[in-house]
Amino acid sequence: MSSNPNPSVHIRRSPLGRAKGLGAAKTGSAHWWAERVSAVALIPLTLYVVFSVVALGHADAAGIAAYMALPWNAVLFIAFAVTLYHHIGLGLTVVIEDYVRPDAQRLALTFIVKAGVILLGLLSVVSILKLAL
Amino acid sequence: MAEFNLPKNSVIGEGTTYKAPAGAKRVKAFKVYRWNPDDGKNPVMDTYEIDLDKCGPMVLDAIVKIKNEVDSTLTFRRSCREGICGSCAMNIDGANTLACLKPIEEVKGDVTIHPLPHMPVVKDLVPDLSQPYAQYRSIEPWLQAETAPPPDAERLQSKEERAELDGLWECILCFCCSTSCPSYWWNGDRYLGPAVLMAAYRWIADSRDEATGKRLDALEDPFKLYRCHTIMNCTQTCPKGLNPAKAIGKVKQMMLERQG
Repeated sequence: MSSNPNPSVHIRRSPLGRAKGLGAAKTGSAHWWAERVSAVALIPLTLYVVFSVVALGHADAAGIAAYMALPWNAVLFIAFAVTLYHHIGLGLTVVIEDYVRPDAQRLALTFIVKAGVILLGLLSVVSILKLAL
Repeated sequence: MAEFNLPKNSVIGEGTTYKAPAGAKRVKAFKVYRWNPDDGKNPVMDTYEIDLDKCGPMVLDAIVKIKNEVDSTLTFRRSCREGICGSCAMNIDGANTLACLKPIEEVKGDVTIHPLPHMPVVKDLVPDLSQPYAQYRSIEPWLQAETAPPPDAERLQSKEERAELDGLWECILCFCCSTSCPSYWWNGDRYLGPAVLMAAYRWIADSRDEATGKRLDALEDPFKLYRCHTIMNCTQTCPKGLNPAKAIGKVKQMMLERQG
């Protein structure tokens, strides 16, 4: 009967102390709600974008520019891009929080995702505006 | 990162097979997870063949019979044998449930029994539940009110107010739900898990409690509450037929309500 020869208890903190941890962050519901609102908003926006792309299927560059020059088209495309990248950012953050440890790695990845969606979002918006204006 | 493979010393091997006594007609094999902290070996699955004609109807009856008549080293928790103490929570045939409420008949083929998933194992079927117990303590599961109770009476509730607690107070804290939840597996050190969140909502929903705001504040956290992704394993597995996912949904709804 030999138990573990090198017992290594590194945690002496009480289970309650660990359960309470650093306390509540006082955020979370805004993120959760924004994820759901953006998901619902993306249903009509995606349908609109798909419909537009199909309608523009055989248009040339001038035709696409003319379509985008109509303010509502540009506005809806920008709304689609912004909502989409916002939603991707929120969703990927949740996935990272679920699976990535330790904290340093998690924070670094979250930063990369946020920077990525902001840059891609801006790229989309500027591209749409270039067509529209 | 989340752990998707068992560590080397947790890989489960083949164990011993204990044959049914000669002349047994209705034989059922029980494959039971065995691990002993004192022998330094990996866990194994022991097989016990049981004569159902000489055994009670529930899975708990079978493992009590094994301990009494076949292998007294088999270690598990049990107490009330009628689904009210929550001691015999374990993973039977791939789903967390109470051994005392699970009819052997419901299992097709061999009956596989593991301890509750993703908890440290103390021995055999006994998990270490210190973490969920401490998390339960952390939500302060007792009535908090500034208004003094009437001097010679209880605090009263209307029938409607009392009905708000139905489906919540019945929880026996067996932690079948929390240990069935992937979010609790990956982030159990920070996520409170369905059992504890439903207990928190049980006090949030209590008309006599005056600490509702404070209780919501304590849950407003990406990990403590929002690791719930409505996977619904909790509700599917609850041996008492309760709905922790719905209670968590109500908490999320109240978080929005108070914002505007």
